[in-house]
Amino acid sequence: MRTAFKPSRRNFLKTSGLVIGFALPGAQRLAEAATPAEFKPNAYLRVGADDRVTVVVGLSEMGQGVHTAIPQLVAEELDADWTRVRVEQAPVDEAYKNPIFGIQATGGSTSVNGNWGPMRKAGAAAREMLVAAAAQTWKVDASECRTEKGAVVHKSGKKLSYGKLVAAASKQPVPKEPKLKDASEFKIIGQNLRRLDTPQKVNGSGKYGLDVRLPGMLTAVLAQPPVPGGKAVSVDDSKAKQVKGVRQVIQIPQGVAVLADGYWQAKKGRDALQIQWDKGANAGLSSEGVTKMLTEATQQEGKVARNEGSVGSASGAKTLEAVYEAPYLAHACMEPMNATAWVKKDGIEIWAGTQSQGPNQGILSHVGSVDPKQVKVNTMLLGGGFGRRFAPDFTIAATVLSKMSGKPVKLVYSREDDMRAYFYRPASVTRFAAGLDESGKPVSFTARVASPSIMEASGFMKLPPDGVDSFAVEGVKDVPYDIPNLRVEYSRQEPGVQVWFWRSVGHSQNIFFSESFIDELANAAGKDPFEFRRSLLGKQPRYKGVLELAAERAGWGKPLPQGVHRGIAVAQSFGSYVAEVAEVSVDKDGRPKVHRVVAAVDCGEVVNPEIVKRQCESAIVFGLTAALYGKITFKDGQVEQGNFDTYPMLRMSEMPKVEVYIVKSKEHATGMGEPGLPALAPAVTAAIYRATGKRIRKLPIDPEALKA
Amino acid sequence: MVTLNVNGKQLQADVDADTPILWVLRDTLGMTGTKFGCGMALCGACTVHLDGAPIRSCMTPVSAAEGRKITTIESMSASRVGKAVQAAWVKHDVPQCGYCQSGQIMSAAALLASNAKPTDRDIDAAMSGNVCRCGTYNQIRAAIKDAAATLSA
Repeated sequence: MRTAFKPSRRNFLKTSGLVIGFALPGAQRLAEAATPAEFKPNAYLRVGADDRVTVVVGLSEMGQGVHTAIPQLVAEELDADWTRVRVEQAPVDEAYKNPIFGIQATGGSTSVNGNWGPMRKAGAAAREMLVAAAAQTWKVDASECRTEKGAVVHKSGKKLSYGKLVAAASKQPVPKEPKLKDASEFKIIGQNLRRLDTPQKVNGSGKYGLDVRLPGMLTAVLAQPPVPGGKAVSVDDSKAKQVKGVRQVIQIPQGVAVLADGYWQAKKGRDALQIQWDKGANAGLSSEGVTKMLTEATQQEGKVARNEGSVGSASGAKTLEAVYEAPYLAHACMEPMNATAWVKKDGIEIWAGTQSQGPNQGILSHVGSVDPKQVKVNTMLLGGGFGRRFAPDFTIAATVLSKMSGKPVKLVYSREDDMRAYFYRPASVTRFAAGLDESGKPVSFTARVASPSIMEASGFMKLPPDGVDSFAVEGVKDVPYDIPNLRVEYSRQEPGVQVWFWRSVGHSQNIFFSESFIDELANAAGKDPFEFRRSLLGKQPRYKGVLELAAERAGWGKPLPQGVHRGIAVAQSFGSYVAEVAEVSVDKDGRPKVHRVVAAVDCGEVVNPEIVKRQCESAIVFGLTAALYGKITFKDGQVEQGNFDTYPMLRMSEMPKVEVYIVKSKEHATGMGEPGLPALAPAVTAAIYRATGKRIRKLPIDPEALKA
Repeated sequence: MVTLNVNGKQLQADVDADTPILWVLRDTLGMTGTKFGCGMALCGACTVHLDGAPIRSCMTPVSAAEGRKITTIESMSASRVGKAVQAAWVKHDVPQCGYCQSGQIMSAAALLASNAKPTDRDIDAAMSGNVCRCGTYNQIRAAIKDAAATLSA
């Protein structure tokens, strides 16, 4: 287990539903820095004399569209002219706290969920100030004025654009409780507006962490321990130092770094290092050992995560038991992890594609022994995040290297370094048992989950007193079906590998487990898997809603081409509901081909339907890649995968047709960066079962097991 | 010292002959639009054109480019095909994280320069070397077809 996170012990994940108004601490201070040519009512927006509206977003853009969705929230209540809206990445500051986390960070599909209220209020407050300014200018009552497309309009027809009102609006008091629109008045929320970040992403001008260049900067490449927890005991850097362009070799807790003029020289230097490693406690780690450890743990009683009725007294007329398994997974962001750090006399400046600005500020202040206020975090575009960029391993190491070398340092992980830096989705085993009564209705359901604890690994959370890691059981614990006797247990098992948040976290494996087992129950009951679920979701209208919509749009029950079969699954994660129907065939070599996926989504009120659909499709691809290929395995303590040849990605030629349908909903808006993922694998493997009669209980899908 | 023709300009770089074109572009010449993804020609993020043909710049030594023309994402808008491809990418709002898209656009532009009306199979063949972790493949396909239609109009 790595210990690099120790300085970060700060419980920032307060999931208490805390929703802060737009006047967050610091918002006003940042607002006062406005130049006179601008109206800057709060930290989240500026209106220029040229009518341009700049929305300042504290969240990280990693593809999920938050740099468009947040501006839509602000622009709606501001009644802005969308064609004049631009987005700007915020610095690290209290004002940009994620309302759900209580610290500035992006993850957990929280952005739209947490900012739905606060960012609308920010826009509404500005609008009221602009109206007051116009009313004052015209010497009329504010109630005689309305706003439209970036202008205040008086009932007489007089009109002033926001740009003409910046000086007068700046003098207005900031309303504490600005009036928000009714959803029926929305003109910008709910529209398929174009992403604001597209142009820079098609001409090469967008700046990601890896694109940072500073004067005098060195590039570092790190030799990491070949086994998790290993330590370098002797380092011969004589050959590395002979490589042209290599400037320094520095040993740090994470490994041995070669600093050079550029990446290529640094990598050549790194590859020339001769290091003796003490492999430490994990030298014998193997995937077979992990499977054995987790599987055996499910034979023992675990900590109780949920207990309803009495599973012991209701075995039913027919009983089923099954053991499911999922492997460790790497995130494999297209942009390998990297960070640029500059430790100066008066503080630390860092440039990185990070999901955790707030935590980084605290952690790096410890690393550099400075006040948190002296840590400046410049958030770059993220070439994928998926949870991986919530971790601070790369920012810590870059900062240490800058401090020790006295230079600005860009630390770059090679693809192999990135894949072997641990921070994996936990491996997990779940043992199920269930009983059906004579009519085929489930009367009991037991699940025992064994896996490592993300909470404990995170460095900022602890296992609660009941001993249940909520990430380890989410998706099994909350099985939504109407079953009278239900028990879920958790056994924490630590094979020794650092685990981390991976797109949709525990749901990524647990929905595969639970929905597959439900499919087994349907089959044992002799019922259609869609109808079986439907009959058990009477108390769950949102689950039922997406299940029915997906089935209807997929043409559930209607004929398919020869050899193609359907599977269905449904999931709730991060407050959003998604059902998916997959159409799959399996060739004679056992290779599955997914032809079409139909998804139905209920994520409450929708800010940008097209972005919701694209995120759902993206999560489907991520889930399909994992289901078909994803596994990180260990042999003699070493990770066996390193690049895209051994850790394959879904490619263009394998891409299914994807259709996403959105349920009209007045529920609170929830995120869609992750919730499209969990239902994919069980929908695909249920279809494979129908095609082959073979039940996949272990991911990734093994074609050998499906050969005709 | 090597002399290179990048986007029509003669440039000199003081690098070893075995340095991949990718790192000469990014670190020596400061052109960061071409991306590093895998270093083993497995993901296509580093795709540039060498005399018009798509190559993986992470595995191609700079010595192979002497006397030939390198074209990168930074000059795509200068060609008719590149411009059409970029416009189609904007129209379809293709990128999510966007990191792979320089490479996707370079592969797509090379495809359309040699094949005005690619079939789905042609698109699969030309684009399957380019990984998109965000899964924008369906949008890429639609944008390529759109660009093809624009170019043949």
